[in-house]
Amino acid sequence: MPRRMSLPFKGVGAHVLVARGPGAQHRAAMQPFSGLALLKRGLTGQRGWTPQWRSPQPKPVYDALIVGGGGHGLGTAYYLASEHRLGSVAVLEKGWIGGGNTGRNTTIIRSNYLFDESAALYDHALKLWEGLAQALNYNVMFSQRGVMMLAHTVHDMQVSKRHVHANRAAGVDNEWLTPEEAKAFCPPLNLQGLRYPVLGAALQRRGGTARHDAVAWGYARAADALGVDIIENCEVTAIRRDAAGAVEGVETTRGPIRARRVGVAAAGHTSVIMKMAGIELPLESYPLQALVSEPVKPVFPCVVMSNTIHAYISQSDKGELVIGAGTDAYTSYTQRGGLHIPSHALEAICELFPLFRRLRMLRNWGGIVDVTPDRSPIIAKTPVPGLYVNCGWGTGGFKATPGSAHVFAWTIARDDPHPINAPFTLERFREGLLIDEAAAAAVAH
Amino acid sequence: MLLIQCPYCGERPEPEFTYGGQAHVARPRNPAAASDEEWTAFLYRRANTRGVHAERWRHMHGCGRFFNALRDTTTDHFLATYKVGEPPPGAPP
Repeated sequence: MPRRMSLPFKGVGAHVLVARGPGAQHRAAMQPFSGLALLKRGLTGQRGWTPQWRSPQPKPVYDALIVGGGGHGLGTAYYLASEHRLGSVAVLEKGWIGGGNTGRNTTIIRSNYLFDESAALYDHALKLWEGLAQALNYNVMFSQRGVMMLAHTVHDMQVSKRHVHANRAAGVDNEWLTPEEAKAFCPPLNLQGLRYPVLGAALQRRGGTARHDAVAWGYARAADALGVDIIENCEVTAIRRDAAGAVEGVETTRGPIRARRVGVAAAGHTSVIMKMAGIELPLESYPLQALVSEPVKPVFPCVVMSNTIHAYISQSDKGELVIGAGTDAYTSYTQRGGLHIPSHALEAICELFPLFRRLRMLRNWGGIVDVTPDRSPIIAKTPVPGLYVNCGWGTGGFKATPGSAHVFAWTIARDDPHPINAPFTLERFREGLLIDEAAAAAVAH
Repeated sequence: MLLIQCPYCGERPEPEFTYGGQAHVARPRNPAAASDEEWTAFLYRRANTRGVHAERWRHMHGCGRFFNALRDTTTDHFLATYKVGEPPPGAPP
């Protein structure tokens, strides 16, 4: 029996959550969050909170199915319901929502990509991030603390400055800092005795971090309130097609579900899902590792990335240092990798920030990232009518979550790409119209 | 860290090797006659197998030679390594 919400939904100050579409009759009542609600619950022992979304049984038929309950998939369902008024939408997740790469990334958000197509896509996301907590009535803890990317060589400086100028021409903020300005912006940074000295840095002040779990939960809660069924522990095992080849539904571990539109947002497992429809993609899935330290008091004010010696670091609001390592060398679906990969990242961190040398690391994990040859995503229609794919985010999909979901929902609803994702086709590899951020950065994103 | 059996040198730790991607991806025999579709498949499309994957490795900091391997991508266990030019173990002759 589905869990029920106890309080009626008032929709005050959260206009996007007021269900007006055909899904309205399905929607569950949602408890809106506010300072007053928190205070009231705080004074009454935190009793009276109800589940933030339902756990419905799958229905036999939907207007659209989203495969993959990470941020991109949940966000897509949310925008399908809120902006495109699609009648019935379900998200199928083989595990639990946000348990894949959405809950495994290092939460960095930025939009300072080199090419116009990428800058437009990632900046679309950044603009949505800026209003996301309000739109979802859920605190995603978006913090624009600035993302600083260090330059250690003459080549780094040239590439970074090219990025700065390209971004500014494209209307995306990015600025060049001298080593002293970088140190002033991030006092823990060491400028002395480095094997690879800090020669400067590119700073995107609008960049920052968000709480990744809250992004999945916020989208899930808002989508559920608009009538979207979020179905966990439901693995897709086959894609069914009619005589003309068009999608007519999927087989799952919880039975067959019919739908004429299926959107796949399955990150590292996209190749596996798409093979069910006979489509081989230009993707390879690699483990990407991250780790966190023991929590300490606030000590690190921003996000720092170094592409050359390969390290990413920021501090979560819990106090842990969140550190990103690289991908392992080989393709894998194991969600773990070799210890020499995070060790290498820690060596770079200890050199750049000697004050962390005696800090203990608490947890280390891996996620499986789907990498395209040009390190740009694919958000597109496929050769199979009714089948859409959003994949290839590689090592940097979290930052794009709202923008990716927004344009993917448009693509599914209209059977036509949004102008922002129009260049990110599957056919670009045949036509040679690559968006080669791999060559632009020469490292993980 | 993986331990990898180089067919020439024996078992060595992973940092001695570089990864070469999917094995047995054949370049079009007559490149000038190959269609855009064939080039796309050769250059970009990959099986990305979840399960037993045939792949190339190079013993970069050892003998320097390329070889092929069968590895289960759900466990990272190597099933076999074999020399370039040999068929994968268990393949029909």
